[in-house]
Amino acid sequence: MVKLGYFPGCSLSSTAKEYDISTRIVCEDLGIELVEIPHWVCCGATSAHITSDIAANALPAKTLIWAEKNNIPITSPCSACFSRLAIAHHTMATDEEMRKDVGEVVGEEYHGGAKVLHLARVFYETYGLEALKAKVKKPLKGLKVASYYGCLMTRPPEVCDFDRIENPMFMDKTVQALGAETVKWGYKTECCGAAFSLTKKEAVLKLTGDILSDAKECGADVIVVACPLCHANLDSRQREIERKSGKKIGLPIIYISQMIGLALGYNALDMAFKKHFVDPVKVLKEKGIL
Amino acid sequence: MKQYLEEKNFKQGFRKDVERLSKQKISNCYQCGKCSAGCPMAFKMDYPPTMTMRLIQLGLHDEVMGSNTAWYCVSCETCTTRCPREIDIAKVMDTLKIMAQAGKYEVSDTEIPIFDWIFLKSLQYTGKVYELGLIMTYNIISLNPFKDVFPLGLQMFLKGKIALFPHFINDPVAMWEHLEMFSKIHKKQKEKIRETNG
Repeated sequence: MVKLGYFPGCSLSSTAKEYDISTRIVCEDLGIELVEIPHWVCCGATSAHITSDIAANALPAKTLIWAEKNNIPITSPCSACFSRLAIAHHTMATDEEMRKDVGEVVGEEYHGGAKVLHLARVFYETYGLEALKAKVKKPLKGLKVASYYGCLMTRPPEVCDFDRIENPMFMDKTVQALGAETVKWGYKTECCGAAFSLTKKEAVLKLTGDILSDAKECGADVIVVACPLCHANLDSRQREIERKSGKKIGLPIIYISQMIGLALGYNALDMAFKKHFVDPVKVLKEKGIL
Repeated sequence: MKQYLEEKNFKQGFRKDVERLSKQKISNCYQCGKCSAGCPMAFKMDYPPTMTMRLIQLGLHDEVMGSNTAWYCVSCETCTTRCPREIDIAKVMDTLKIMAQAGKYEVSDTEIPIFDWIFLKSLQYTGKVYELGLIMTYNIISLNPFKDVFPLGLQMFLKGKIALFPHFINDPVAMWEHLEMFSKIHKKQKEKIRETNG
């Protein structure tokens, strides 16, 4: 039994509800115990770290202190939350001045004892692929998947404790363990534009459009993601990109937790596919998975 | 753009301020251009990251702070990851934005500071970000109230992807501590900026 502190992040109670639903179902099935961090506050995201570096470290500090005190590793399904927690941990472990400043602001000092994991790597490393393979009830045979890592799951490498930066494979291997095929493509770690979706929409449409068309050209049936912002840009902005470029894309975007859920035998309703803009059910039915 | 280098435009203290606040050694940059080559937003920037680094080295603060470069940085960390001189370039871009918003230099963008202000206010008063409130307030302040409402917003609402009400920290003591922490953050940040020469 694996026990983890769960930091869902703000998006998972709103625009990425299906990610939260599927994560909780899948973790319960696999025997990963998720303890939601009591009274967690937002990580501050980009808005904090471009406005005040004290805020950027102080906001995640409370969560890190909780993990340190209870000696439980924490996981976040959101790449941005994961990144902010991991960067704050790294900054305070290496920068004595910042650690002191944050200690004054928060009222408690952090000593660098927390462990922060991304949910996608919990499935891959903490739980393990062999154990996952043994749990598969319905292999995802014949489904071609492009795994999209985005920016902050692997970058910067010293913070994410990760060595394959330009061509990460852990999500590909996880998907392969579920029985699906993965495609080779070039936009695995390119940026989708993230929160610029509201402020600099034109730029986001270009970046996201490039990612989608590369995945399509490389023969993918679906894209698998592990971040609510990547999902929002690739899924809900897809029709706008199609309208702008005049080309049909129609690529469903599926969360890694939903992918595992499908292999564990859960149906479309359990995985809340009705909340997606590009409906994955049609492709999955064609492949005989649903 | 044609550039004339005149002595009065140089300000060595500027480079030192950026280095001090970002804790990065900008003088290490040898202009290889890897950051600009990998930057997904370089196509929108007045100066790509490599040029910005050189401008900081030269102390040309008006060029740096007057350009849109830092405001188009999306914090993807590609430059930081690839820099052979181990400069955290994304952190430098953050620092430029922090310096601008602290009131010492020009803020050469309107959208992002407005978005961040609303985002942080939402976070300050509820502890979490209230997405619907954030989007609506941003649209109203940026004088584009119906942006993304039809059909995207409506569809999101029908799919149950939008929480109608904000989530609060459901414990009065934790909420009080959170509010107190926020006022301390503001004070501390101001102190730090004041210490620079600027």
